[in-house]
Parts: sequence; C-alpha cells; structure tokens
Amino acid sequence: MVERGETSSTGGSDGTQDPFPSAKKITKRPKYSRFTQQELPACKPILTPGWVITALILVGVIFIPIGLASLFASQRVVEIVDRYDEDCIPPSFKDRALGFIQDDNTDKTCIRKLTVPKLMKSPIYVYYQLSNFYQNHRRYVKSRSDKQLRSRKDESKTTNCEPEAFAGDKQPIVPCGLIAWSLFNDTYKFSVTNQPLAVNKRNIAWDSDREHKFGSDVYPKNFQNGRLIGGAKLNSSIPLNEQEDLIVWMRTAALPTFRKLYGRIEVDLEAGKEITVMIQNNYNTYDFGGKKHLVLSTTSWLGGKNDFLGAAYLAVGGICLFLAVAFILVYVLKPRPLGDPSYLSWNRNPAGHLN
Amino acid sequence: MTRGQRRKLRLSKLYSFSCIRLHGEERHAQIGQRGYSRIVYCNDPDNPAAARLNYKGNHVSTTKYTVANFVPKSLFEQFRRVANIYFLIVACVSFSPLAPFTALSFVVPLVLVIGVTIAKEAVEDCQRREQDIEANNRKVEVYSGNGTFHRTRWKNLRVGNVVKVYKDEYFPADLLLLSSSYEDGICYVDTMNLDGETNLKLRQSLDVTSSLRNERCLQVFTAVIKCEDPNDNLYSFVGNLHYNGKEYPLSPQQILLRDSKLKNTDYIYGVVIFTGHDAKVMQNATHPRSKRSKIEKRMDKIIYILFSSLIFISFVGSFFFGIETRRDLVDKKYRRWYLRLDDTTVFYDPTRASLSAFFHFLTALMLYGYLIPISLYVSIEIVKVLQSVFINQDRHMYYEATDKTARARTSNLNEELGQVHMILSDKTGTLTCNSMEFVKCSIAGIAYGQGETEVERALARKDWSSEANEISIERIDSHGNAVHSGKPIGHSVKGFNFRDERIMNGTWVNESYPDLIRKFFEVLAICHTVIPDVIRETGDIYYEAESQDEAAFVIAARELGFEFFKRVQTSISLRELDYERGEKIERNYELLHVLEFSSSRKRMSVIVRSKADLLLLCKGADSAMFERLSKDGRLFEHATRDHITKYSQAGLRIMVIAYRKIEEEEYELWEDEFLKAKASLSADRDALLDTAADKIERELILLGATAVEDKLQEGVPKCIEKLAQAQIRLWVLTGDKLETAVNIGYACRLLRQGMREIVITLDSPDIEVLEKQGDKEALAKASLESISKQIRRGKSQLTSAKENAMEFGLIIDGKSLNFALTKNLEDMFLDLAINCASVICCRSSPKQKALVTRLVKLKLGKTTLSVGDGANDVSMLQEADIGVGISGVEGMQAVMASDFAIAQFRFLERLLLVHGHWCYRRIAMMICYFFYKNIAFGLTLFWFEAYASFSGQPAYNDWDMSFYNVFFTSLPVIALGVFDQDVSACLCLEYPLLYQEGKQNILFSWSRILGWMANGVGSSIIIFFCTTNVMVEQAFRRDGRVADFQVLGVTMYTCVVWAVNCQMALSINYFTWIQHFFIWSSVAFWYIFLLIYGYISPTISTTAYMVFLEATSPSLLYWLSTLLVVVSTLLPYFSYRAFQTRLQPMPHDLIQRKQRECAETKTSGESSIGTKDKLKHLKEDTEHSES
Repeated sequence: MVERGETSSTGGSDGTQDPFPSAKKITKRPKYSRFTQQELPACKPILTPGWVITALILVGVIFIPIGLASLFASQRVVEIVDRYDEDCIPPSFKDRALGFIQDDNTDKTCIRKLTVPKLMKSPIYVYYQLSNFYQNHRRYVKSRSDKQLRSRKDESKTTNCEPEAFAGDKQPIVPCGLIAWSLFNDTYKFSVTNQPLAVNKRNIAWDSDREHKFGSDVYPKNFQNGRLIGGAKLNSSIPLNEQEDLIVWMRTAALPTFRKLYGRIEVDLEAGKEITVMIQNNYNTYDFGGKKHLVLSTTSWLGGKNDFLGAAYLAVGGICLFLAVAFILVYVLKPRPLGDPSYLSWNRNPAGHLN
Repeated sequence: MTRGQRRKLRLSKLYSFSCIRLHGEERHAQIGQRGYSRIVYCNDPDNPAAARLNYKGNHVSTTKYTVANFVPKSLFEQFRRVANIYFLIVACVSFSPLAPFTALSFVVPLVLVIGVTIAKEAVEDCQRREQDIEANNRKVEVYSGNGTFHRTRWKNLRVGNVVKVYKDEYFPADLLLLSSSYEDGICYVDTMNLDGETNLKLRQSLDVTSSLRNERCLQVFTAVIKCEDPNDNLYSFVGNLHYNGKEYPLSPQQILLRDSKLKNTDYIYGVVIFTGHDAKVMQNATHPRSKRSKIEKRMDKIIYILFSSLIFISFVGSFFFGIETRRDLVDKKYRRWYLRLDDTTVFYDPTRASLSAFFHFLTALMLYGYLIPISLYVSIEIVKVLQSVFINQDRHMYYEATDKTARARTSNLNEELGQVHMILSDKTGTLTCNSMEFVKCSIAGIAYGQGETEVERALARKDWSSEANEISIERIDSHGNAVHSGKPIGHSVKGFNFRDERIMNGTWVNESYPDLIRKFFEVLAICHTVIPDVIRETGDIYYEAESQDEAAFVIAARELGFEFFKRVQTSISLRELDYERGEKIERNYELLHVLEFSSSRKRMSVIVRSKADLLLLCKGADSAMFERLSKDGRLFEHATRDHITKYSQAGLRIMVIAYRKIEEEEYELWEDEFLKAKASLSADRDALLDTAADKIERELILLGATAVEDKLQEGVPKCIEKLAQAQIRLWVLTGDKLETAVNIGYACRLLRQGMREIVITLDSPDIEVLEKQGDKEALAKASLESISKQIRRGKSQLTSAKENAMEFGLIIDGKSLNFALTKNLEDMFLDLAINCASVICCRSSPKQKALVTRLVKLKLGKTTLSVGDGANDVSMLQEADIGVGISGVEGMQAVMASDFAIAQFRFLERLLLVHGHWCYRRIAMMICYFFYKNIAFGLTLFWFEAYASFSGQPAYNDWDMSFYNVFFTSLPVIALGVFDQDVSACLCLEYPLLYQEGKQNILFSWSRILGWMANGVGSSIIIFFCTTNVMVEQAFRRDGRVADFQVLGVTMYTCVVWAVNCQMALSINYFTWIQHFFIWSSVAFWYIFLLIYGYISPTISTTAYMVFLEATSPSLLYWLSTLLVVVSTLLPYFSYRAFQTRLQPMPHDLIQRKQRECAETKTSGESSIGTKDKLKHLKEDTEHSES
C-alpha cells in the first residue's frame, strides 16, 4: 500500500522539504545594514568646473608664495665654492697628477685664497665636496661592519669587510671595510688676514651615530697598515665615537656628487675679506676623474643654497594657475559638447551594435 | 517540449511500472566485460572472491589536502602562478650574495602573501574535513552473519554488506534495494542532495527480493550482483542479480544512491554496491570547470608586459653596469680605487665584466621586482570574495516568496558581469514563473475558461499599425472577457486559474456533451505520473509532480470534481461526484500500462481498465496527436484546432486530450507484442517499444485541448527593456512552439511594436512533402537550401531597411537551427542574427542551446551570459562565459551548474547593471592602480641606479621596501576594490547606458592601462628627480648637515607613499569613512613605522636608525619637498581628468552629477518619468547650469 502515514512536512526536519514554510522559520532575507547594502554615507567628489578651478587656483596661490620664500631663503645664503683638485697639483706634476698624489714625499700643501662676497654670518659651515665618487656603489655601501663599530667585543666581526677585513696577520682591522679605509684625508687650515680662523670640528656628526653606532670603547686597530693605503689614518688612542670625520664619512652619500661637513667657523666674515686656506691635498680623486671642492656656506631656515625647490614651487604654482586659466577658457569657449554621440545612442537604436 | 530530455531521465526512475527503460538496456549484454566488471557478493563480504576484488571501504575524504600533503600541495598550487614562481625564485636567490637586500626582507612579505592565501585554503579544507568526519562516523545498522543487525560507522561498511536504513536516514553508500517496510518493496527517496529536486522519488525492489523482510530470511540470502563499474551517471545503472540460480536485470529503479534520504518508509534493506568514492554521488563530485574573466586574462598579459619591462630594464642596468665595470680597469690600473676592484669577487670584477654583468642581471631582476605587484593576486581574491558577499547580501535581490537570496557561486567572474554583450535566456521558468496555471480548455469543440492571460493583455496593448507582419497574428477578442480578469472568484488554488460557470461546480452535466467533458477530466486525472500526498490531519492532498503541467492538470481535474487521491502499483483511485446520487464515490481504475512521455513521442498514454471497459487515455502535443485521430474521432477537430491556435497565440501551452476504447482481443494481441518488446534485450529495444506503443495509440477520439498558462515572472518586461537600453542583446532559446514563443516575446517586450519579424522555418509545404517521403538525404539538402535562402533573404531585408532604422526580430525554429548551425551557414546565420534586435530560437534542444551559446561566444568573442533554470539549460550555462541559474521550481541542477544564482529573472537587471558595473569598475580600477603604484615605486629604484653606476644598491632601507606592497599601499586598494561606486545603485539602474563602460571595456582598455602605466612612470620620474634635486649636496637643514643616503631614501619613500595614496584618493569616487581610514592610515602608518623602526636599536634598524626622528623631521626641506612632489605627481592625472570630464565625458561623469536627485527619487519610490526624459532633463540641466 502506498498509504503514506506521515508527510514530508511533518516527517522531515529539513526546511527545504517543507511545503508549508512556517512563520517561525528563519528567513534568509539579508539583514539591512548600510554596510552590506553598500549605502554607507559617503562623500562623492565630482570634478565640477568650480572644484577644479578652485583647487588649481588654491594650489597656485599657496605654491607661489612658498616658492618665493624658498628662493629668497636660498638667495640669502652666502656660499663660497672653490674647486682645488686641479689647481693644487704643482705645475711640474700637471701631467702626472697620480704620481704626485701617490707619492708620500711630495709636498701636498696648497694655498687658496677665497674672497667673501657678502657678509657671512656665523655659523659658517665648511664642507668638502667630491664628485664622481660612488659612495653609493653596492660594493662600497656594504663594506662595513656595524657590529664592530659599535662595541669592542665584536671587534673580530668583519663580515662584508673584504678585502679590508684583516690585516696581514689575520688581525681584524678596526674599523674594517672599504668605507673607513677610503676615509677622506684632505685638511684645511683657514686664516683671515693672517689670523688663523678656528674651525670647530666637534659635533659635525649625527648624535645618534656618535651615541649608538660608534662605540666609545672601540679604538682603531691595524688601520691603514696594509699594503695599500686608502685614505686618512686614525689616531688609535681616540675612540671611534670621537672620530667625527670618520663618522661623517661613514654616512654614505646617496649620489656621486656629495658634500660632507668638515667643520664650522663660528665667527662672522665680513664681505670682501680674503680667506687664505692651506689645503693638504692628499686625497686621490685623480684616478677616477673626481673633482674636489671646498665649500663655505651659511644656512637659511631651509638649509643651504639651492634654488631648485623655490623654482619648482614657482613652476608648479604657475602651471596650476595656467591650467586654471586654460580651464576657465575651455569652460567659457567650449561648453559641454552638444549631441555627444554616445549620449542618446541607445535611444535611437535600442539594440545597438555589438562593439 | 523543452524538458523532454529531463523527463525522460526522471520518469524512468520514478515509476515502478515504467515500461520504457533507459537506454543502456542494451548494455546489459556487456556485463562482465570492460566497464561492467563489478561483482558484489551480497551478504558475504568476507567471501575470498570478494576479498580478492579488494574494493575500497566506505571511508570518504573530499578534502583537497591531507595533513601530510597540505604544505607541499598548497604551496605547489600557489606557485603555479607565474608571478609567484618569480617571487619564489627571487626568494631563493635572495639568500645568495647576489641579493641587493637582506633575504629576510624579501621572504617576509612573500610568506605573508602566500600565507594568507594558504590560510584561506586551509580554512576551506578544514570545513570539508569536518563534514567528512561527520559523514564517516554516522551510524548505520549492518547485518552480521549471526542473524542480527548491529550499528556501525559508515566508514566501516564494505561492499556486499546488507544494511538496514530507517526513515529519514541517509543512505550510507549506493545500495541495491532488497525490500522495504512495504510489502511490494517500494520506498520513497528524497534526492535533494543529489540534484536538488524536492519531490519524492519512488524506488522499488525486484519482486524476488521484496519478501526478504526479516533477519531470518536474510540469514539464508546470498546472491551475486554483476554490474557496471563506478561511474558518474546518476540516472543509469546496468547490472544483473544472480539469485537462486536465476538472473534478474537491475535498473536504476532498484538503486538507492548515497546522500539521498529515505522518506515515508519505515525501513529498507539494501546491499551495498558502491562504497565511498565509488558511489555515484562521489564520482560526480568533480570540480567545476573554472571560468576566468576577460579582465583577468588581460591582467595576465599585463603581468607579462611587466615581466618583459622588468627584464628589459634589468638588461639595460646590467649593460651599463658591465660597461662601467669594464671601465674601472684602465691600463691595468683600477680607476675607482676605493672599491678595491683588484681584490674582488666575480660580481664586480672588471677583468670579467661580462660575467659580472650577467650576475648583476640576476640582482637587477630582484631589485626591480617591485614592478610586479606581489600582492595583486591575493588582493584581488580578497576583493572578489567581499564583492560576492555584497552580492549575496543584497536585499534588492532577495525573493521573499522562495526565501532565496542571490548567490555568487564563483567569485572570480564578478567583473565579467559588467561586460556582458549578450544574454541567452531560457524561457520557461526563467522569463516565466514555471508555475503552470490551468486557464482554458476546449472540450468537444467548445472553448471554456474566461480568464485573460498576461500575453493577451500585452497583445491588446500592442498597437498594430500598418506594419506588414510576416506572420499574421490576429488580435484576440479578449475585450469581452477582460471584465473577469484579475478578479479572483472564491478561493484561489495554486495552479488553477480557470473560471467558467458553465462547467464548474458540477454544472458541466448540463452541457451538451457531459460525457465527453467527464472523459476529458478523467484523462487529466488518470493519465499522468503524479504522486498524491495526503496530509493526514487535514485531508488535504498535495501532488508531487515531475512537471508543473501535470500538476496543473491533476489540480484542474480535482477542482472540477475528479479528485485523484491514491495511486498504488496497479491502480489509480479517483473521488468523483456521482451526480445521479449526489454523493462522492470512489472509483478505481486498474492501471495496465503506462506509455511514457518522451521528447520524440511527444505524447503519453495510459491503458486502464475501468469496470468492464479497456481504455487508452492519451495526451500529447498537437502535432503528435492530430495525426492519430480516427475518422470518427475528428468531429471537433476543426473547432479544436481553431482554439489551439488562439491559445498558443495567447502564449499558452497546449496539450491535446484524446482517448480510445480498446477491444479485449486487440489488447491481448498488442500486449503480447508489447511485453515481448519490453523483454527484448536487443539494441533496438527502444525502437521496438516505440513501434508497439505506436500501434495502440491510434484511432483516437479527440476530446479537446487544455491550455496552461506559464505566467511571466514579475518585472520581466521592465528588466528586458532596461537590458536593451544597456545595449545588452537578449536571445531567447526556448523549447516552446513558435507562436507561443513569439507571443511571449511580445509580452516581455523582447519584440516591440514596429519591429519587423524575420521567420526562418522549415514548415513549408515542399519540405513537408519530402519529410513524408522519408528521403533523408533529399530532405537535408532541400532544408539546407531553404534555410540558406531564408537567411539570405533576411539579410537583404536588413540591408534594404538600414536607412529607415527599422528594427528586426529574428525567429528561428529548432529544425532550421540545426541547419543554420552547420559549418557552411553559421557565419551567415550569426551575421543575420547579430544585426537583428532580438532573436528567438524556438523548439530548440539543450544541445542546440549550448551550440548557439558557443557560436556566439567563439565567433563574436564577446562576453555571453546565459540564464536558465532547468536541467535542460545546464549545458548552456556551462558553455557561456557566465552562467546564471534561476533558483526556481525546477530543482537545483541549473543552479549547481551556474556561476551566479538568482531567484528571479528581473534580478538580472540589478546583478548586471549595478553589481556587474560596480565590480567591473572596481576591479579594472584596482588593477590599473596596482600597476601604477608598483611602477611608480619600482622605477624610482631604477632611476636611482643610474646614479649609483647600476651597482644594484637599492635606494631605500630593505624593510621599508618590503612593506611597501603589504602595509603602506595594500589596504586602500582593497577598499577601492570593495567599496568604490562611481554612481549609486539607483542611478545605475536609471541610466543603463552607464553599462557601456564595461561593455566596451572602456575602463580596462589598453589605452587606459598604458595611460596608468605612463602615469606611474611619470610619477616615478617626478619623485626621483624632484627629491634628488632638492636634496642634492647642499645642507638640508638649518644646522648645515647634508642629506645622506638614508635621508634621501626616506624622503623619496615618503613622497612615494604620499603620492600613491593621494593618487588613490583622487581616483576614488566614493569616500566613506572606510576609504578615508585606509588611505590616511596607510600614510600615517608609514610615519609610525619610520618612528618605531627608527627607534629600535640600530642592530635591527641598521640604516634606518633615528633617520626620521633625528634627521628628516626637523627639516623643513623634507616636508616642503614632500608637498611639492605630491602635488606635482597628482597634477597630470588631475588635469587630465578635469579636461576629460569637460571635453569628453564618460557616461559616469555625466551621471555622477545626478547623485542628489537620485537620493530623492529613491525615497519617493519609483520614478515615473521615463529614462529618455530623464536623460533629456539631465542634459538640459547641465547645459543650464553651465551657461
């Protein structure tokens, strides 16, 4: 018999079978929330002509004053730049600069006279500038051991320092690596009207370097003892964190032309004064055609002399204003094009073409 | 009919007395051979022979991974992506000295990114695992040799075990039904988990085993089953039962499939045939073919482009590095002495410059790897999943009546929804409700039924001007009846919408042919395969019907006084009102044979014995029925034909009802032949059966015809109109008759007034003549010629009408389609079809539907979407780029095969125009932006290299770089991909032309992609050159300090982070607090990171130590250069957009202005102004406001 005692509605517990959806059954109706229905309150920026013109003019109005201020600040900076690498080769060595620089016995002293163009208020920063010197070369950047520099107990950790890791007798070099090895070793002595001009060489490195990266208990060891002498030698009785020239040098530069802080002159220099600089021209840039400059510069609130920022601000501001004008012109001369073909096309041809 | 195919499949397993078995009967012969080699020793799993066969146990595992292989396998899956392989190789190489940065800083983001994806896999797999464990540990009663049943876990079952399954339990494996609590060995099965169909199916055991109903009988029961090997066909089973020395053929009728449920039967006994993964349902569990969107395919191309540019710039870098390195050795002197190249590894050796250049190339590949967005894939995956959540959660796509939400079953096609060119739609159940309502009938030449159908109303609206129509469709005199429409009289019954006082409530006895009317309804009440379901408490009867049409018939018969309430194996019982006595009487009809419906037969008959009469009751399609009428039976033929024409014009489904009396002798003769045919095992058994059936289904007496309405779904015309406005083509592929299809076409505004119809058909006299002659070759030739002629004629019509912008509708029938889809004609056909505004293919088979889909997809190369609800649409859904299943009344097969499931056709509008548009836009923007941000960042590294003699030193700190894709820029992109909206949902719907952006792929066109890339290149140039020029050599602070490597790096990086995030802010159209939060917190996080990272001891932070706090933050130059760079990088895009919205606005630019208006109309409900007017207003508004 096919008499069915119970029906699926009472027998089955699964709702899908149920021909009578009962009221208490949970519906699958999605719960309303602005989030799930994608109706969150939102700001919908539209590029209306008003907004575009306002934005462009606003940028122009903000940028041009900034540009002017930057330019002004840059112009106010007094900077003396003197290239000395060529002139500091005695005429007799003109054709063999390399020989000159690599010969320990030649007199490297070189006198330069610089004229102060404008009043230079202290502090006057003294920089040396190298160009065509790739401190950002991967081999060079890596060639140091931060551990070793930081503490005495890591003296022997000279990974990455090859080939300046160990001295001949397998003693670790401190500080090891190419960067330290090629330390810049030109020196400058300044005098004005035969009065020596003091150069403060303290505090030219970053505090963080002095305090955390270079140890106070780490002393130079086996440095520049090898077959090849790179750059400056270090006083092995001064701990590394006080060797500020080294610390400055070890902060590698990003670009092949760079300046590094040499010291500060902490007196004002009157305009027209002549500064005599006695340069010990030791550093070899002749091999790779690098230039050496001595730079004396004051600073403004923006830093040193560089017109680029101001000019760029002015340019961008100007472009914005120009675009604003162009946009107004477009707006006035060419209102929204009429009869844009895509505009009502479906209306004429509901099915359209397959395109 | 459309679902003929499916009917054939399902009916065969429905009924125990089914006479026509499935194909595969002939395969019985093959048992024992290859493919049919399984041997099951019933009740004797320990048989040594069985042990030799070594069939697997019933343990299942559906997980993708096991604990052991999870790590390698999931990793393998991940690294199948080209980009990931690259990253893997880079990660490996990064441990060598070649690496430009510390290996860890590269590995960590990779691990993070891969880890997120793998974690997702793991979570999904764990869920599957839990399900497996649950299934494996379910309990079932197994017969043990000693005559008792004991409970055991599913996984312990073995092939040959006899199990006892109780009511509402799932079958643990594929079983052979031995017997049930019913004497005749039947049981009811719910196959919801197999095919999603909710109606109960009937299974019946072989007679010989139906008596095995207790433990004692089982003790002596041994048998051997020889059957097919495991396969995935749910609807077929071939096997023999060797029992008591005899051989009994088995059919799907005796098979209980795993994962289906026993219903309404107290218990059954069964023998395990297929265990575990051999079970048919497990064999079926193949992973669906994964579809990929066009955007994703293009994205791959872009990745390749990026790879090529990566290789290119690496090559350039290496080339220059090689030259530079070689130049280091001049006259045996090392130029750059400070590099000590005299004592170097091969990587920098000037004496081996080309080799070092080669190694440098590898380094460069790593260094510039930031061009390839590492987090792109995982970001896109996250975004798509979230987008799918939004689709699933959309309340506007929730259908109350069936309690169904939209479901994105695959998330990787979301954006494809925004690019659909062509929709191929099924009709029944998709455009229409597939809830059949009995509305009209014609009995003995008299038309009954006064309701007005939707189509009639639509046709009444249709204003026929002087337009020449190729097929004349006369207007139906519906006005007279219009009064009755829409007013429900009395209680309304689902499936029944018939109003006619003449025959309702028993008044039919007063009509001129009461006897015929009675016969008519008897046929409706008896000739079917419906199972009645009586609810005991209320006495109400529900009908479990295979097809909605049949249910409608049975319900109609019931409402008119012929209540079908019981069916057993051999009889059908009706409750009729005996008008002479005025009381309800029960009448039994002895059921002798059922001659089943099939799509080729197009009819179904039953042979019953009522009292002394032998009757053949028959119903079928008009084409099959009229030719079978006897001379005397044609009394009402003319009138009935007239009515049928009218009905089909009104969009109704027609069934012709006839009967005949059979003489005893004739019956006996026929039965002999029929049973012989039935018993035959030869290959042409089906044909024999057909011939036999054909012999008895003759000399019929026409009773009349029924007309069932398949109502249009709610909102279909509006939806179709909207889709048309969005310039999405809609083709309807239906199995319906031409007239029905055309009329539904009008009703749903697919065919519009003023459209010219091109009809391609083979219903011409000369073809019919050839058909009758049976010369197949000549017929094919003539048909082909006729079709090509018709297509050509259609094309010439098109060209001639081009000037006056005439629209065309193409209507083609299934037979013609067969020829039109042949190699020679398909191009021509397609050309004609795509130039017509609408296309309707009627009388098309599932295969044809798939073929048309493929034709469109391949030949046009456009995105096609097919939408359907039934099993007959499955192939079409799988063939199309996107398959949308309607989760309607026709079971779940279509939904299972689909990529998206919606409850109603009208939701397609929202799915495409809103979600499709948004998703397309979001993904397109997101990918473009991804490339932008990575190019902008990656190229700054390259420019820097140019100033570092290409030595491979990165400009930034290692960890800064590695967090770029993971922390500083990733969240805003995801927010963009998930939340951005160019215009609100209601505007999307109001202005369907917005859809063009996706359809024409404007937002992801090559010009746009390259534009974004160029923008990235531009940004990188601006960032690099501005910062380097600002910070060159002079002091960058008041205290005279100069910028070193780290300061420049941090400044540049700050600019990059600001620039890409502001660029994002600029390109977002929709700012919720989420976007604000993500964008600005990404920027803020960079500073926080700088602070924290810089604060950690220099052992860890190395070069980044205190850079921000000590060096850059007090520097005004740093902040000013950031401002300068950010504004300059934004300026090109900003001005481009400003001028572009002005001069060449994209659709969304126009419509965005209407944001506020939409919010208002939304609150006030549907706007009544037509879209056309709206657009006009919009246009005027903008003109006004700006002049």
